Amino acid sequence: MTDLVRMQVNGAAVEFDGDPRTRLLDVIRERLSLTGTKEGCGEGECGACAVLIDGEVVCSCLVPVFQVDGSDITTIESLAPPDALLPLQQTFVDAGGVQCGACTPGIVLTLHALFQREPRARRARVREALAGNLCRCTGYERILRAAEEHAARLRGDVS
Amino acid sequence: MSDAANARSVGATPPRPDGPAKVTGRAEYVDDLEVAGLWFGATVRSPHCAADIVRIDASRACEDPDVVVVTAADLPGPNVLMVIADDWPVLADERVNHAQEPVALVAAPTRERARRAAARVVVEYVPREPVIGIDAALAAKTRLLAECKITHGDVAAGLAGAAHVIEGTYETGLQEHIYIEPQGMIAIPQTGGGVEIVGSMQCPFYIQNALCTLLGLEPEQCRVRQATTGGGFGGKEEYPDIIAAHAALLALASGRPVKIVYERHEDILATTKRHPSRVRHRTGVDADGKLLAVEVDVVLDGGAYVTLSPVVLSRAVLHAAGPYACANVAIRGRVVETNSVPSGAFRGFGAPQTQFASERQMDKIARVVGVDPLAIRERNAYREGDITPTAQVLDSGVSALDCLRTAAERTDFRKRWAELEAERRSGGDPPARRGIGLSLYWHGSGFTGNGEQMMRSPVRLRLARSGLVEIRVSSTDFGQGTSIVLAQVVADAIGIPLDRVSVIVPDTAEVPNSGPTVASRTVMIVGGVLEKAAAELAEQVRRHAPGADFDEAARCYLDEVGELVVEKRYEPPAGGGFDEETYTGTAYPAYGFGCDIVEIEVDLDTLVVTPERATLVCDVGRAIHPVLCRGQVEGGTLQAFGQAYLEELGVDDDGHWRNDRLSTYIIPTTLDTPAMDTVLLEYPARGGPQGAKGVGELPADGGAPALVAAIENATGISPVAVPATPERLLAALEGGRTVAGD
Repeated sequence: MTDLVRMQVNGAAVEFDGDPRTRLLDVIRERLSLTGTKEGCGEGECGACAVLIDGEVVCSCLVPVFQVDGSDITTIESLAPPDALLPLQQTFVDAGGVQCGACTPGIVLTLHALFQREPRARRARVREALAGNLCRCTGYERILRAAEEHAARLRGDVS
Repeated sequence: MSDAANARSVGATPPRPDGPAKVTGRAEYVDDLEVAGLWFGATVRSPHCAADIVRIDASRACEDPDVVVVTAADLPGPNVLMVIADDWPVLADERVNHAQEPVALVAAPTRERARRAAARVVVEYVPREPVIGIDAALAAKTRLLAECKITHGDVAAGLAGAAHVIEGTYETGLQEHIYIEPQGMIAIPQTGGGVEIVGSMQCPFYIQNALCTLLGLEPEQCRVRQATTGGGFGGKEEYPDIIAAHAALLALASGRPVKIVYERHEDILATTKRHPSRVRHRTGVDADGKLLAVEVDVVLDGGAYVTLSPVVLSRAVLHAAGPYACANVAIRGRVVETNSVPSGAFRGFGAPQTQFASERQMDKIARVVGVDPLAIRERNAYREGDITPTAQVLDSGVSALDCLRTAAERTDFRKRWAELEAERRSGGDPPARRGIGLSLYWHGSGFTGNGEQMMRSPVRLRLARSGLVEIRVSSTDFGQGTSIVLAQVVADAIGIPLDRVSVIVPDTAEVPNSGPTVASRTVMIVGGVLEKAAAELAEQVRRHAPGADFDEAARCYLDEVGELVVEKRYEPPAGGGFDEETYTGTAYPAYGFGCDIVEIEVDLDTLVVTPERATLVCDVGRAIHPVLCRGQVEGGTLQAFGQAYLEELGVDDDGHWRNDRLSTYIIPTTLDTPAMDTVLLEYPARGGPQGAKGVGELPADGGAPALVAAIENATGISPVAVPATPERLLAALEGGRTVAGD
């Protein structure tokens, strides 16, 4: 079966005309060459392949592309303007949230979505939001501190 | 002199240079690289742990006319992956010795066609009875992959004079690395028969050596480059050799670039694991708990081939008595062969296994003597001037007591532990109890024994036309942040700002072989040599224009002489040396020390453990980049917590793993992770840059025993094996393995 799947990816119209069961992850990485979205496990456990579908964090390895017909998809590449970092991304680097980087796109996207919705989110809420993103390098402590620092800035607690 | 005022990079926390690319998704890992005309490789693997291969029939795979198949029969040279021994085949020939052993390789123009073709290769086996686990190996008297012995003083005399003799047996299980980026490699055939490799790796020169032996190439015909690498933890030390070999064989057979990237399931099934261990202790102490004799027997399960087992065992036994002084020590170590996937390098390299045992034994001794876990350690911990079991005098940088005291003060350990003991003993039936546990540990930095002396690894610095000072070493950054740390060291040694130093990505055509990125040696050993090379470079440049600052002098030098290259090798400190025959002498040039205190809650109905707070005190010599350094401590500790109570591969009766996916092999998430309070102590090491010791592996040693001690404090159950899952804890409880008096 082949039906045309139409979606928006990072603000641009995309048509996909292959097997509609193709994983969204493969469409993003192989058809669109957006390789910032990583495959860590292929079964929705690690969150390295997280993308935003209509603003929701979803593991793209679990989504057959036909399910996103008409959806708006955001990948890590479009968060910040070219050659710039969002304040969240800068804080993430400065505070030691990055080590090997394989989990980083998924974690940054998840945090971005969280703070869009809940700019006042505190540590407990951040821990819950990140429960689906595995990191094997950092022990999460520097990631959580980066998120706290960012949230404090959003709240205006620090400059 | 004026430049010395610029010496300010070390101790600061500049943002890592690869950070922006990683947070925006622009960093390119091996699976992200595009190569013109790229094909894809897949691996045909044995479903049996032990079997004879009767026949390999690839005819159905070759119904796809583009498909290329390679078996052992097609190898151009010896069927050997050279690591330490020559027993590890590139492709199984005639027999398989572990489950998932590679039997044949397939390449095709797409990933899907390669996978389909691999599924169509028919291999006929006659299964043999496998030997699985340490018990079976000892019973069957399988090959010993390694053995060694340490003898110090007179253990029999020490035991004879002891007030108490305490025995214990402790076990640790398989552990999988779970670097978030699975293993992967691309091989690109070169005109003239050579091959270029790019991929996810810790040790580019290991791969070059292995491929030169296998393919009969000269080093310059086999160029190996590191792609951005998504975690390693030892898992990308020796195993990438085999993937590079497979990709190279397919590339040469097909005449096309070939990529092999493992899916997570294949990665868990096929790649090396942490050696499972069984460690027996017999300890003699006086009435106050002072150690009089320590006898340790270490057995590791090495799996089917030698890989790195001799050096893992060496580190295991050298750490097996823990950071404690004792005049009479005997340690025996063996690695047994089984029909499991070869065990290999994993952060800590044998030391986490033996220190789980030594720390559990200390807790047991404390209970027999009637003191708390802190007191028994204060009494026995190394002081400056103490002598190790190899007769090495610890003459500087001994921080064990400071680690203990710092951690204990921050947590009010002594009081808290006693309160929780009393609370448990008072009985009642609360839904949950809290517990607090402590561990003290040490870890040698750099290669074991004479490794560094024998290698005398070179580093290179180059003052380039651009005015930048380039660091050229084979040390790979696979997340730790060593690139910026080495740049900080060099910047300070010359007295220039950090942005004047650049780090060349490891590439065998561009960097000298400054050794593998393993053994907590990069910052201390490679960094130490770089510091000396930098001083020499600065000296040469300044001599050219006396009185000028480095910038001016460098411009002068470049204009009048040209580029400047300084190469320097590791020089061992005087008076060292290690005797491999008698196992005596300087086992490591320096030791880091650490103390972990873990606070947990245990649900008494389900025995589910929730870590709440961890206090981690580590002596790193000098924290070159405190944020990254804390990241090493916290990340390594969380892996050890995973080993302590969550991570279980679950071996079934046939030797296959039950938990071979990320949905069943459980590593800690944010919700399983305690808040961490990390304290860095700085007891400088001689030879390390500005006194730095290794930090990569140190935190792998302390997490498991501290967490398990907290379980004991909360529940009275005395776990002797990890992972201490609820099922294991229940079995221990029902088996009466509880602390006396409960």
